[in-house]
Amino acid sequence: MTNARKFLEVKDLKTQFNTPEGTVYAVNGVSFDLKEGETLAVVGESGCGKSVTMMSIMRLIQIPPGKIVGGEVVFRDTDLLQLSEEAMEQIRGREIAMIFQDPMTSLNPVLTVGKQITETLRTHTPMTQEQCRARAGALLELVGIPDPIKRLDDYPHQFSGGMRQRVMIAMSLACTPSLLIADEPTTALDVTIQAQIIELVKELKKNVGMAMIWITHDLGIVAGLADRVIVMYAGYVVEEAIVDDLYENTLHPYTLALLQALPRADRRRDQSLKSIKGSPPNLLVEPRGCPFAPRCEFVREKCIAENPALVNVETNHKVACWVDVKTGALR
Amino acid sequence: MSVSDQPVNMIAEIEAPSLSLSDLTWRRFKRHKMAIAGLVVLFLLIIYSFGGAFFVTEKYANFTDTKERLQAPNAKHPFGTDTIGRDLLARTIYGGQISIIIGITAAFVEVMIGIVIGAVAGYFGGKIDAVLMRFTEAMLNLPQLLLLIVMAKFFSSDIKNIELFGREFSGSVVVIIFIIGLTSWPYLARIVRAEFLSIKEREFILAARATGTPTWEIIFKHILPNSIAPIVVSATLGVAGAISLEAYVSFLGLGVRAPTATWGNMLENAYRYIESAYWMWFFPGMFIVLIVLSINFLGDGLRDALDPRSRTV
Repeated sequence: MTNARKFLEVKDLKTQFNTPEGTVYAVNGVSFDLKEGETLAVVGESGCGKSVTMMSIMRLIQIPPGKIVGGEVVFRDTDLLQLSEEAMEQIRGREIAMIFQDPMTSLNPVLTVGKQITETLRTHTPMTQEQCRARAGALLELVGIPDPIKRLDDYPHQFSGGMRQRVMIAMSLACTPSLLIADEPTTALDVTIQAQIIELVKELKKNVGMAMIWITHDLGIVAGLADRVIVMYAGYVVEEAIVDDLYENTLHPYTLALLQALPRADRRRDQSLKSIKGSPPNLLVEPRGCPFAPRCEFVREKCIAENPALVNVETNHKVACWVDVKTGALR
Repeated sequence: MSVSDQPVNMIAEIEAPSLSLSDLTWRRFKRHKMAIAGLVVLFLLIIYSFGGAFFVTEKYANFTDTKERLQAPNAKHPFGTDTIGRDLLARTIYGGQISIIIGITAAFVEVMIGIVIGAVAGYFGGKIDAVLMRFTEAMLNLPQLLLLIVMAKFFSSDIKNIELFGREFSGSVVVIIFIIGLTSWPYLARIVRAEFLSIKEREFILAARATGTPTWEIIFKHILPNSIAPIVVSATLGVAGAISLEAYVSFLGLGVRAPTATWGNMLENAYRYIESAYWMWFFPGMFIVLIVLSINFLGDGLRDALDPRSRTV
């Protein structure tokens, strides 16, 4: 992966939902890029726009009520937002694959696992039925399912949660995509299975050489998995950094608060975890000022009046904050 | 070789056979006594109508002998004869064939229209859904019998006989099939739409879309198989409905034309002889009651057996 050219570039992406209560400002100008073979983690609490951003990239937002209001998603020199639905179907599954949070509900209960895997192959490749089946078996073996050929004829309910997530991964890898978007793929699994799945994905990524976007709200997973991290809040990217930088040299008050809320092995047991005071912002209100200001320890008058842009503060480290959290001075 | 084969076989024997979906369904269905009875009766009726054709010819069923008109059941005519001396036993056999064929094909037409309209409305939603559902509701508001009678009158003015499987049918059979199919789909369309509305929001549909599955495949390969249970149940009941509707229009003289017999049009002339020639209405009437009842019980049993929420084995 020495060829590190940008192959995905998201520019100023904006997605909104029209609901009876008003417009929900879900994604408000998100920009980031991804190099070939890179792993990017997207972190943030529930409802911060992580999933909506990824669904917008895949053009899987339901329209209406959703609407991609602006921006560009440049994937290998084409803007995905300008493509026809048919052309987009060619990208999905073949170039960009996605795995979802809950493996219990992400597989069709009435189709055999083999059928579901071969379907992707038959949509995107000219392979014959036998070739597809052989490939599906090989994929199941790759993700560590014992007796793979026999299990192709099993239905999803005959698999455990962890096994189903392995099947989902096998499905997403069917056409060797160059980008895998994983939307909290381990959240619904217990910790030991979670560790297994992460190991599996790391292994596969090394062998296949694809880029990956990993959505999570677990900063613990990020450290061992990602090359770079973006932190999202209320539909904005608030910090973007190389993974080690984020932990050692945190620049945004929200990231800082997230890290303090994380249980750590080296912290004393009688110390309670710090939670972030206040509640997540109401996305129905058009944002003015910094969205984190009402909950921020470092809040200034300027924060309420004006929303800071995401700027390069240090090399490869961007942050959207008026305050320097180390000195407490305005930037 | 044989040494290494041995342990593998033993493992295979220890494993309990996993029950497939159809095994579970059959197990639940078997506990429904009335449904089993319905299935048996239905089976016997089908054997009667289609197997009976090996013993009597259609020519005999349509053979008129006015010398033997209105005979009570006797050794020569076990079910008696009608007003122009046709043998009622033979006519119930061939009439049963037509009635069953009409029931199945009309239900098929109904299911096809219902699935397409319900699926398109439910999947695409929005304006398409609004237009299709208002149309469906309009259809529901018109009394089906009125529609049926008007259409039967309108379409069956002059129809030629048709030849099929080396037999000659009154063309009115085809007309009746389509009329019944065209007037009974709205309920099914609403059921299919409701299923589609809920299933299209499920995560595995999103997952299927994320792998680039084309829309028509999502509709027919992912959503439709998941909503098959209510469709099968209402299709079954649709067969019973179509048979009784056919009997109804035929009884009014607007249905299948003689000489082609159906259980329905055999009743047409019988009502004038309710007291004097009971056999004329009793036998075809009994068959209609039996088949409609047995299919309804069968449908009930299927409804319970196919319900994924009833987990009992």
